[in-house]
Amino acid sequence: MITMKSVGQGIPKMDALAIATGKPVYTQDLVMPNTLVVKVLHSPYAFAEIKAIDTRKAKKLSGVECILTYEDVPKVRFTVAGQSYPEPSPYDRLILDKVVRYVGDAVAIIAAVDEKTALRAMKLIKVDYEIFEPVLDFETAMGHASIVHREQDLYTNFDIGMEQAKNIIATHKVEVGNIEAELKKCTVIVEETYYTQAQAQGMMETYRSFNYLDHMGRLVVISSTQIPFHVRRTLARALQIPESKIRVIKPRIGGGFGGKQTLAVEFFTAIVTWKTGKPAQLVYDRTETFSCTSSRHAMRLKVRLGADQAGVIKVVDIEGLSDGGAYGEHSSTTFGAAGEKALILYNKTTAARFFGHAVYTNKMPGGALRGYGATQATFALESTLNKLAEKLHMDPTKIRLKNIINEGENYFTKPDVILGSSTLDRCIIKGKELIGWNEKYPRKDLESGKVRGLGMAVTVQGSGIAYIDTAAAEIHLNSEGSYTLMIGSTDMGTGSDTILAQFAAEVLETTVDKFIVYAADTDVSPYDPGSYASSTTYVTGMAVVRAAQDLKAKIIAKGAKLLEVLPEQIEFDGTVMKTLNSEKTLTLKKLAESILVGPGHEQLVGTGSYGSPVSPPPFIAGFAEVEVDKGTGKVDVVHYVAVVDCGTVVNPKLAKIQVEGGIVQGIGMALYEDVRYGPKGKLQTNSFMQYKIPCRKDIGSIDVVFEPSYEPTGPFGAKSIGEVVINTPPAAIAHAIYNAVGVTVTKLPITPEKIFMAMKH
Amino acid sequence: MQIDVIMNQKQLSLSVAADEFLADTLRRYGFLSIRKGCNTTCCGLCTVWIDDKPTLSCSVLSARLQGKRITTIEGVEQEATEFAKILASEGAEQCGFCSPGFIMTVLAMKRELVHPTEAEIIHYLTGNLCRCTGYLGQMRAVRTYLRGMHP
Ligand code: FES
Ligand code: FES
Repeated sequence: MITMKSVGQGIPKMDALAIATGKPVYTQDLVMPNTLVVKVLHSPYAFAEIKAIDTRKAKKLSGVECILTYEDVPKVRFTVAGQSYPEPSPYDRLILDKVVRYVGDAVAIIAAVDEKTALRAMKLIKVDYEIFEPVLDFETAMGHASIVHREQDLYTNFDIGMEQAKNIIATHKVEVGNIEAELKKCTVIVEETYYTQAQAQGMMETYRSFNYLDHMGRLVVISSTQIPFHVRRTLARALQIPESKIRVIKPRIGGGFGGKQTLAVEFFTAIVTWKTGKPAQLVYDRTETFSCTSSRHAMRLKVRLGADQAGVIKVVDIEGLSDGGAYGEHSSTTFGAAGEKALILYNKTTAARFFGHAVYTNKMPGGALRGYGATQATFALESTLNKLAEKLHMDPTKIRLKNIINEGENYFTKPDVILGSSTLDRCIIKGKELIGWNEKYPRKDLESGKVRGLGMAVTVQGSGIAYIDTAAAEIHLNSEGSYTLMIGSTDMGTGSDTILAQFAAEVLETTVDKFIVYAADTDVSPYDPGSYASSTTYVTGMAVVRAAQDLKAKIIAKGAKLLEVLPEQIEFDGTVMKTLNSEKTLTLKKLAESILVGPGHEQLVGTGSYGSPVSPPPFIAGFAEVEVDKGTGKVDVVHYVAVVDCGTVVNPKLAKIQVEGGIVQGIGMALYEDVRYGPKGKLQTNSFMQYKIPCRKDIGSIDVVFEPSYEPTGPFGAKSIGEVVINTPPAAIAHAIYNAVGVTVTKLPITPEKIFMAMKH
Repeated sequence: MQIDVIMNQKQLSLSVAADEFLADTLRRYGFLSIRKGCNTTCCGLCTVWIDDKPTLSCSVLSARLQGKRITTIEGVEQEATEFAKILASEGAEQCGFCSPGFIMTVLAMKRELVHPTEAEIIHYLTGNLCRCTGYLGQMRAVRTYLRGMHP
């Protein structure tokens, strides 16, 4: 193997010191003086129609600039999902609609000189609602007497299996082989139904956007977003203005976790500025962030697994139902992803199926959240597999080793797709060793009366969206011999800017400190769909590699010309070009200087684009050791081991933190995080008081180990890592709890009361 | 109303509304390192020192701070950078949005606790939430920092 200088190094993030020490680099820090403060009046009802709305009093208040209602906005429906066009999400939104479909839905937009005035004006708005019976339970949504979207102008770009009158957003079905016939041949069949809850992204920087008109009358939008180019396109549609009139700039982002793959606030400020010509800003507070944006889709997943006596899984059958909430963004795709990822993993099958629906309800919409459906599916599939292992009296690690897809094999549901890389088998073996499986499995009673149990799960994700998302990159050689790397992706804190510079530095045989990384500004950045679907390292990464190769070839060609030899006759070591006989040399610095002066020269720019026909899965084997208090049902995760195959580990330090952070988020989902609604559809968990994310005291020890593979289609062998890390804890912890106290909790989160009640019965 | 404080070691006169919280006053006066992550005193992002004690600036009325010493990360830049470097070498600042508040708490802890145990450290820092890192990397950085080791 070739040794690499930049790729594989655990170097600190380029922007680390600025963000850590509080420099003004985030959206709200960039707001200019005299910017209007925008507030949104949210619906108090889960489902209602606005009969009358009186804003006269509010408008008279001094300092109020504008108040907008459904009558003042374009009547063209759009989706807020940040997806490549044509989006698979339905166009079921207006900036403001006459019908409000969940508690928190937008009713009016208020813009004033300051926050106090805006809030005062908000109180003066009088709204008469006709209240409808809401659809709150997603299991009764299909065929419910209330129809969440009755409007005639709802639109889907292509057939996603929507049945509006039945509250069905999307229908999904993948089926290979004959399920029932193959099940009959199985010696063992297990079946279970699982519920995964809505989870909040909980990023620390809430949603915010600020905008103004520039000297050309164009709308400049500064937003904490993962998807600057999709924001531009969606705003253009929502506001009915040309895309060329909009410029989106993404500064530093205070976390996203998929939440910022959905537009949450941009159109509110944009329409204010477009109408008033004045700068406007909107910062959602934590309550609004919890209750008026999006959460993970809650799902019900019924799994049937069939196996032969030797433990070979012959049938995987999953029927799902997904709670889309009031609008359909990301519904068909998260649901599809759940199926796709569940059906990749075990390929010794003779039949496999995933089918079901995503439905409308009158709750906050489901959206993107790290894991994007795969998290939900992993919990259901892996829990059922653990059950199957028990029924067969097989060790859970062994049944997996027997059934997992291996490198070089094809997917069962897509026989033409070959798995290019995997070390999942080694991940399982390594994890087993690290957690002390053979000594501790399944349980140990402690003297304290508590019990320790061990459990496990494995998982996959993808790297980018095959055949859809294409990213571009551009590298400029600057006059002093440094480089500017231009990308359109978003570093949400993961370190992707640094990682992309590591790729470029590797190709150009230099170091990361020679790079200025600029991302992202839709006026100047090359196109990128944005940072989601675990695509940045893999898809944008390949674009960067290509751009760097392109530039390197140009540097050599230009150098050869200046040295009056053929390009094949020179060697470039990143700093100096030498003819093979070392007679003539030219430094990069000299070259860079000289090409910017005089006739016949040109600035050297390398470009590259990449869209992948495959989405190579990273893998994790997760092992949980929990301690359960039999008296109370309380669970502590004392130890978690995650062994990861993300291909080449580009930056071990940053990758490790990604894994730790994801595991902790997964522990939260497994044990207590829960987006809960009251009987009338009002969100109860609307602050960090009620919505518990893990704190420092909730975390035991977590071991993260890498088992690198080499992904042939990835940049320097890399695959993704951002999402896969959240998927194993719910299933592994549920399994460990079962092994400790013998109860199976199938509804997340696995709270002490659920365990306690189950132990009693 | 007008209050006089010692802001990052300098005399400063602030004009504040009676119902204004310190976090908002500070941001208004350009101390933009102050971040807010909640509105319920849960997250610790807004931590500053008042008379050297780490305090949640989102829930302290500015009007009550007449004569007090207020310190933000801008006022302890060198020390903060020293720790930030350790944090960065662990990769343990991700989005960085929680970092200023976290760093202010770490620096205060270093002043306040002598040879703290692991449990004492966790207890002291527990009010500082972070959604990105999973805390372990932050803890590695804190341990390195308290041992006086620098990258
Ligand atoms: S903003 Fe969360 S504690 Fe102050
Ligand atoms: S680094 Fe993002 S919240 Fe802590």
